[in-house]
Amino acid sequence: MKRYPDVVAVAGLDLDVGRGECFGLLGPNGAGKTTTIEILEGLLDQDEGDVRVLGLSWHGDRAELRRRLGVQLQETQLADKLTVGETLRIFRSFFADGPTVDELLDVVELGAKRASWVGKLSGGQKQRLAVACALAGRPELLFLDEPTTGLDPQSRRQLWDVLGRFRAEGRTILLTTHYMDEAHALCDRVGIMDKGTLIALGTPRELVASIGAEHVVEFAVTGAAPASDALRALPGVRDVRVDDGRLSLATSELHETVPALLDFVRGRGAALSSLVTHSATLEDVFVSLTGRHLRDE
Amino acid sequence: MSDRGGASPPLVELTLARFREFLREPEAVFWVFAFPVIMTCALGIAFRSRGAEPVVVGIVESAAGGRLAGMLEADGGFTVRRIAPADVERAIRDGRAPVVVEPGPPPVYRFDQARAESQVARLAVDRALQRAAGRLDAFTADERPIAAVGSRYIDWLVPGLLGMNIMSTGLWGVGFAIVQARTKKLLKRLVATPMSRAEYLASHVLSRLLFLAMEATVIVGFAWAAFGVGVEGSLLSLAALAVLGALTFGGLGLLVASRARTIEAVSGLMNLVMLPMWVLSGVFFASSNFPDLMQPFIQALPLTALNDALRGVMNDGLPLTALGKDIAVLAAWGAGSFGLALRWFRWQ
Ligand SMILES: Nc1ncnc2c1ncn2[C@@H]1O[C@H](COP(=O)(O)OP(=O)(O)OP(=O)(O)O)[C@@H](O)[C@H]1O
Ligand SMILES: [Mg+2]
Repeated sequence: MKRYPDVVAVAGLDLDVGRGECFGLLGPNGAGKTTTIEILEGLLDQDEGDVRVLGLSWHGDRAELRRRLGVQLQETQLADKLTVGETLRIFRSFFADGPTVDELLDVVELGAKRASWVGKLSGGQKQRLAVACALAGRPELLFLDEPTTGLDPQSRRQLWDVLGRFRAEGRTILLTTHYMDEAHALCDRVGIMDKGTLIALGTPRELVASIGAEHVVEFAVTGAAPASDALRALPGVRDVRVDDGRLSLATSELHETVPALLDFVRGRGAALSSLVTHSATLEDVFVSLTGRHLRDE
Repeated sequence: MSDRGGASPPLVELTLARFREFLREPEAVFWVFAFPVIMTCALGIAFRSRGAEPVVVGIVESAAGGRLAGMLEADGGFTVRRIAPADVERAIRDGRAPVVVEPGPPPVYRFDQARAESQVARLAVDRALQRAAGRLDAFTADERPIAAVGSRYIDWLVPGLLGMNIMSTGLWGVGFAIVQARTKKLLKRLVATPMSRAEYLASHVLSRLLFLAMEATVIVGFAWAAFGVGVEGSLLSLAALAVLGALTFGGLGLLVASRARTIEAVSGLMNLVMLPMWVLSGVFFASSNFPDLMQPFIQALPLTALNDALRGVMNDGLPLTALGKDIAVLAAWGAGSFGLALRWFRWQ
């Protein structure tokens, strides 16, 4: 539990992450992801509750934990006027054991940028450098706070590859993200946070299955909106949401729901003004749990 | 295995990084190196010693004034300027003529009692006019002027400029870099590693020494080449004092920056710390000009101690052993501020 003067940032979060696992904390802005991860990193003190990392506590074993953890923070800006190589040398110098600076450059594919100033790197290159700094001590456990926010899809994929190689060595990652596809692609298990609490926990597949429907149909009609009870009675439909004139149905049987919906609309003498279907994602899990979207578009 | 993957020990890496970052900041380099040189040059030219210079005398324009001017010019040692009657007070005020004579009889001397230059000119004019009117000297004194090297204003000024430079680059260099690292959350990132916090702070102070070697060489070398300002004592003592000064003000820079969250806040604090020392610690004029009541306070300031010690070595050729008090004051400030900074430092 962590309180700030005007907000309780994290309240009652009970979570176990196993070794070798990649765990993702997913949640909207202000959900408490950063607060949670910084408590685990020993950068913030919790007001209540117990934290154990690698079986150690921040009170007794701070120095040992610092040696065994790798950290990337959401807001850090590395010194602009040092080169990539110089920056890595600094971080590497804090650890007795670990990969060489050249190996770190290779891992994040920044070898060609070794002599460039950090200030001249692209956003994606800066993030990969931040991850390389976190890897400098060959950590057993890696904390990443929104490592890919603001990056283009190609840069994100490059970073995923880096993390994939890290995991392949059997080491543990705990990351936070806004992106459902990222959680899907990288994480063994996902915890969904909202307003400081954990509202769902499981593998991405389990979570999607938990809403009882693999598909989502979104549509809008001309004229008055139909009553949700009538829609709920259509075959396959598990859940109905009305959002500002747009309707959405969660369904387990897409092939039965769509023809029935078309008949239903025609029967009311109305017409569809739009119709979209997609497979259910973690976004839909979040919507079904909170009635809100993960990202306020 | 524990070879740090090709990196040097953290203290070395951190110190080098500070050094590189500084050198890659052209504005900072200008302030550290060009500023003191320009200052030495300007002041050296403005206050250069001119040997026995003629005394400037203003004479109010009139027929009688012409005769008076003739008398003074015959005496030698005077430069006469004609001043319009309406212009007398302004000429004294703006320094065109430190004394203005209105021809008598008896003549009237107009001068500014508060200015030493004005008083000296009045005495010289009076003596010349009295002699011309027939007064005889009761005796002739034997005059023996000293021409000691190191007694010019510029000789006295250069150690003060060196001290001031050590202070301002120490405070700015350290304070600015720390607050920048804090606002960019770089400090927070660094404390999430096994880095030793004391080593991080020490690296900022130590990087000052690398600049110092260059700064001090530029200032002392320039003053020597351009104005013949020499070092009476040993260069080694001078270097040791400069190092001590740099460490002290680096420590003070850490203390000033230990809690500040913004560049504006730290700039304000720095000026608050430096301004009194610029005025009180004898950079441009001797601190003995201030009343006795303030002296214990002034003597306890680190810049006073540094300037006194630098002058002791450069002007008076004293050995370090004769400067124990100044050295103790500097060391106390340095150790005290480093210790307090380490305790109060805000890492996030
Ligand atoms: N230092 C602080 N002082 C006061 N309130 C804070 C502080 N840090 C965080 N908060 C509040 O705590 C809540 C959780 O913030 P946190 O940064 O953990 O969210 P987050 O999930 O990381 O969000 P984002 O996706 O925007 O990074 C927010 O309401 C935030 O305003
Ligand atoms: Mg965050």
